[in-house]
Amino acid sequence: MKRILIAAALLLLLVVAGLAMWMRTGTESPSVAALGAVSGEALRDPALVARGGYLARLGSCAGCHSVRGGPAFAGGWAVPTPFGSVPAPNLTPDPETGLGHWSFADFWRALHHGRGPDGKLLYPAFPYTSYTRVTPQDALAMYAYLRSLPAVRQETPAAKLEFPYNLRSTLLAWRALYFRPGAFRPDAKQSEEWNRGAYLVEGLGHCNECHARRNAWGATPRGTVLAGGEIPRQDWYAPDLSTRQNGGLQGWTAQDVVDLLKNGQSARGAAFGPMADVVRDSTQYMADADLHAVATYLATLPPRAPRPAPHSAFDVKRIAAAGEKVYRKHCADCHGADGRGVAGVYPPLDGNSAVTEPTGINAVRTVLLGGFPPVTAGNPRPYSMPPYAQQLDDGDVALVVSYIRQAWTNKASIVRPEQVGKYRHTPID
Amino acid sequence: MRPAYNRRMDISMRPGLGRLLALALLVAVVAPRAAGQVVDTPRVPDTLVQRIAACTTCHGVHGEGTPGSKYFPRLAGKPAGYLARQIQNFQDGLRKYAPMEYTVRNLGPAYMQEIADYFSAQQVPYARSPVPPVSAATLQRGEQLARDGDPQRKVPACASCHGTELTGVEPAIPGLVGLPYDYISSQLGAWRTHTRAMRAPDCMAVIAGRLQESDITAVAAWLASRDLPAHVRPQAAGTVEPPLPCGVLETAGAGA
Repeated sequence: MKRILIAAALLLLLVVAGLAMWMRTGTESPSVAALGAVSGEALRDPALVARGGYLARLGSCAGCHSVRGGPAFAGGWAVPTPFGSVPAPNLTPDPETGLGHWSFADFWRALHHGRGPDGKLLYPAFPYTSYTRVTPQDALAMYAYLRSLPAVRQETPAAKLEFPYNLRSTLLAWRALYFRPGAFRPDAKQSEEWNRGAYLVEGLGHCNECHARRNAWGATPRGTVLAGGEIPRQDWYAPDLSTRQNGGLQGWTAQDVVDLLKNGQSARGAAFGPMADVVRDSTQYMADADLHAVATYLATLPPRAPRPAPHSAFDVKRIAAAGEKVYRKHCADCHGADGRGVAGVYPPLDGNSAVTEPTGINAVRTVLLGGFPPVTAGNPRPYSMPPYAQQLDDGDVALVVSYIRQAWTNKASIVRPEQVGKYRHTPID
Repeated sequence: MRPAYNRRMDISMRPGLGRLLALALLVAVVAPRAAGQVVDTPRVPDTLVQRIAACTTCHGVHGEGTPGSKYFPRLAGKPAGYLARQIQNFQDGLRKYAPMEYTVRNLGPAYMQEIADYFSAQQVPYARSPVPPVSAATLQRGEQLARDGDPQRKVPACASCHGTELTGVEPAIPGLVGLPYDYISSQLGAWRTHTRAMRAPDCMAVIAGRLQESDITAVAAWLASRDLPAHVRPQAAGTVEPPLPCGVLETAGAGA
């Protein structure tokens, strides 16, 4: 019954969307048409290819368009979504299984309009919602780079989506609500550096695809820019990126932001989970000027409303006191009894968004999994955290996480043992 | 981390103005030194062992394994090439075990090699891990498989690759001594279910596929209960001729 209702609702949206699309069919801008005429030889220009490679790094394209251990850009990783999984296709120039036959216009249509060469609507697991802001010149460089890759013959598996999401036409409705092809519009009141940062963060960096809440339709509604959100199906929380009052990164300096993106670790925290992958594949290779531009932009995200103090039916004081015992035994040696950690070695837990984010997922999973921050040129031999999945039961993990979420200046809600058990077997890929 | 002197000031700010002035003078003199010191934060040894707490918590500080856990395998003394390759295989998803895959997913080749070298160089006594009760016939079958193999099923002897005394062969074949029963049997099972794999041709997958379920119990029980040989270091490189084609060893196989 529920599905029929959903289908009916979507059908209605479809009609509305169809009308909307019909009313705003436009033509491609002259610059795109001109770039489409660029000759094959010009596309092999090493400087253009190198710039495209750098931009593909910034976009972390290979992060989705490769499987672990497989050839880069040859696709195959099934992007998990609440609606099913969408495998990222092969981007190498293989004529049959890759982009061998794609013209620049085809590439632009995918990146900017979210449509395949045949006009087919692409699933927004491919973040064209962000990439639509990429300039035609940058798109051309990336196109040139992808053409320069060795062709890998590797079929992309079909998407596995539930009804009615397996019908691509449902995307018409979705797009009518949540997607407008658009360009990045520089803010004349801001510096060139700020604008560069905004372009990278909102465009290729597609930061908002994780660092914002998604609604029931898997979209990031307006007004949720980089304010943090749970990453569906991956079970991590991408924190709010505001560095100002009540922001997830409150108190972070520009240097802290640069350090985290470049080295995988700053004095305020370490990259872990999906962000560690982003640092590994993408941000560690960013030019210093771009890193500083990103930090400059993030510094202007607005302050956030204070989060209401959590109230709980449980005896929070007693839980935190019991959790402190676990903390002193297992955690204080590295993170310090005062929760301040050791700069550059062990992250502070006091005021760390990984600890205080709204859900508690990150702290729970980090206690269970431990792990290494990413290996980078600036941090080639990182210190690691032991996994506690074997040593601590769900109750103890809940206690210690509740404690660190309440201790020092932290004022986040406690977590319950049921919330821990859930994450013991979460897939890590 | 805030410099320690800030916190000291927080406490000492309470007295009256006169003393505050004296204190300010004192702080001015002491602060530059105090700021450079880490007073109440833990001193962190700049060592590999300190860095790899994520590894040693299960595998032991010297890679001795945790026999009590009945699972986490010994790493100490295994060939470094083998250990580095396993880290890589977990990273690439050829070996599937979520905690290991997560732990190593962002390591680079140089760091992997350093960690592998560390565990390979460790020499610590072996400990016995518990073995489930099995019949004498089962142990006998296990010993037969390990020493002679089963020509009828085309199963080569473990010893034909892992060394006469099953202590492994440099640089890439691991020893099979001192491993827990659960670990050995689950690895052979993993090769059958394709949750552990190596670069093709995957000789161990072929062998595991030729074993019967009861053979896995038998060989795991015999290996785990066996007395240790006098010398437990891996044999020298080039002292075995693997009977099957094996991608990781870059061998064509002598036929089996």
